[in-house]
Amino acid sequence: MPFSGLDYYNVEDLYSDEERQVMQTLRRFVDDEIMPSIGRHFRAGTFDPAWPRRLGELGALGASLKGYGCAGLSPVGYGLIMQELERGDSGVRSFASVQGSLVMYPIFAFGSEAQKDRWLPKMARGEAIGCFGLSEPDFGSNPAGMRCSAKRVGDKWILNGEKRWITSGSIADVAVVWAKTEDKIRGFLVERGAKGFSTRNIEGKFSLRASVTSELIFEDCELPLDAVLPGSSGLRSPLECLSQARFGISFGAIGAAMACYDEALNYTRERAQFGKPLASHQLVQQKLVDMLQAITQAQLMVWRIGRLKEAGRARPQQISLCKRNNVKMALKCARTARELLGASGITDAYQCGRHMCNLESVYTYEGTDHIQTLIVGQDITGISAFQ
Amino acid sequence: MKILVTAKRVPDPEQKVKFKGNTLDQSGVNWQLNQFDEYAVESALRLTENASSGNARNGEVIVVSLGPKDVQQQLRSTLAMGADRAILVDASDENLDSEIVARTVQKLVEQERPDLVLLGKLAADSEANDVGQRLAGYLGWPQATFACSIEVTDGGKALLVGREVDAGVETKKVTLPAVVTVDLRIVAPQAVKNGVTAATHAYADGPRYASLKGIMAAKKKTIADSSLAALGVAATVRAKVASVDAPPARKAGVKVASVEELVQKLHNEAKVI
Repeated sequence: MPFSGLDYYNVEDLYSDEERQVMQTLRRFVDDEIMPSIGRHFRAGTFDPAWPRRLGELGALGASLKGYGCAGLSPVGYGLIMQELERGDSGVRSFASVQGSLVMYPIFAFGSEAQKDRWLPKMARGEAIGCFGLSEPDFGSNPAGMRCSAKRVGDKWILNGEKRWITSGSIADVAVVWAKTEDKIRGFLVERGAKGFSTRNIEGKFSLRASVTSELIFEDCELPLDAVLPGSSGLRSPLECLSQARFGISFGAIGAAMACYDEALNYTRERAQFGKPLASHQLVQQKLVDMLQAITQAQLMVWRIGRLKEAGRARPQQISLCKRNNVKMALKCARTARELLGASGITDAYQCGRHMCNLESVYTYEGTDHIQTLIVGQDITGISAFQ
Repeated sequence: MKILVTAKRVPDPEQKVKFKGNTLDQSGVNWQLNQFDEYAVESALRLTENASSGNARNGEVIVVSLGPKDVQQQLRSTLAMGADRAILVDASDENLDSEIVARTVQKLVEQERPDLVLLGKLAADSEANDVGQRLAGYLGWPQATFACSIEVTDGGKALLVGREVDAGVETKKVTLPAVVTVDLRIVAPQAVKNGVTAATHAYADGPRYASLKGIMAAKKKTIADSSLAALGVAATVRAKVASVDAPPARKAGVKVASVEELVQKLHNEAKVI
């Protein structure tokens, strides 16, 4: 049965016609092309190599950028793409988030005209895949401490160091890698096959199994001088990218939560115990209503942050609050749905277990829940708890 | 080729319907484009593009609808799929019947002079299945209904239309201009051959998605407003709905205890074996 969404407060009335159409298009795409195979990919731990092209044909990659073959959607339109993709699977959404917000965006915002022309149209079509290297084995929440370095030697940059937890790392044609230069952190475009650059996949994940996670290793990796993103300057450049990604995640998490709510509602209405449907029991109804309420609140939050972003008024701290609320909310919904499905909830015949496992990563990546909390904490108190 | 396609908005067939007297209770209805009309739009796009060369346009597709202002949403989605422009004739469902719709489309055909009118075989709400037939009659054009395949032939002067009938597939040749109504298999990967796209090209099954760029491009395409009065169509409804009833609830089935009993029942009661 096609997914019909959840819109208890008619929040969709607040979207523009185009935004609603984008949502419908992606919803259908996910029904037709993600749902039939996602369970199999999750179980096998595989990313379908057909997805990037299909998403590219739709125009869902880097959709909020203007020009270079990108759709130029509003922030809400972009967010709704993420919501619908994550209704399918967080891994698929992660691929699209990384491609759009963490690779195309920095090339668009900090790249030279030649870099933009070379990469953006191909990446928008899904013909080239990108990854984003900021986290390192010893530096996750504290990227300022990174060890990865880039030295200018003659007419080359020499890159040394390691990046870890990199979505799409081993399948990427180009990596945006953040490294310390003599004076500041800068971004570099490292192409697949560059001398001294290798990748290694991270195995044994119980989360985001339908997406590739890798390590990037640079051993005296030689890059041409024009590999640097000329507009990148200091840690605030990658943090700006993360803010874009957190914005998309805030929408995406709602998609996962809606899928779990939908599954729990259908299951508890159909399964009978003690001679009546599970959904007729008060404890079950309360859980369903809690989910509905939390999702509705999250929908209003992202709508507002989307409109603020459109007006150029969304602050990173506000986006952090959104990511914090919505991912925690979605994780809670997934766990509740899992509980309501009883034993069925632990098998991959149902979705909630997969979403629950996926959301554990979403809770941690692009700034952990703790870090989002402390960003907002610092914002309201004026005191940094981590610096 | 210039193609006029009709598009009606209908309530979501998956949704449970509520009645108000003899009409559908429209509050809380999710409207969507009639599925067969979406297939007609898809067929029109396949006929007017070169799918072997980046879907380069090779003709014009005009989508027309009768309905209130809100139908713009459904029309916009056909423009997002790739149709070139649309015409919306202001009307409300209660004040329409097949005759008025067919006469209105006839006027639009006289105005636009297309080579082909494509319609869904029926609308999922009323299932009247007669606008295409009436229209062909009024225009004096050849018609082929329930098309499951269309092939452009005679150097673009005629169509070979496959029609699924009880005995198999009947192939009719209609000279253009013509009226064709489409059935669900028209969106199969190789159901439409326009003589320009490579004959080996296979589309994805089903109507295409509105791509995001298509959605953005549709903002700039025109939806012209018209009215029955402006087109000179008499708006007197002659078909009146006498009553509307929901289908009776299905009776509970019977449980059989053994395969023998099942075979017995199928033989003696259902008489199917």
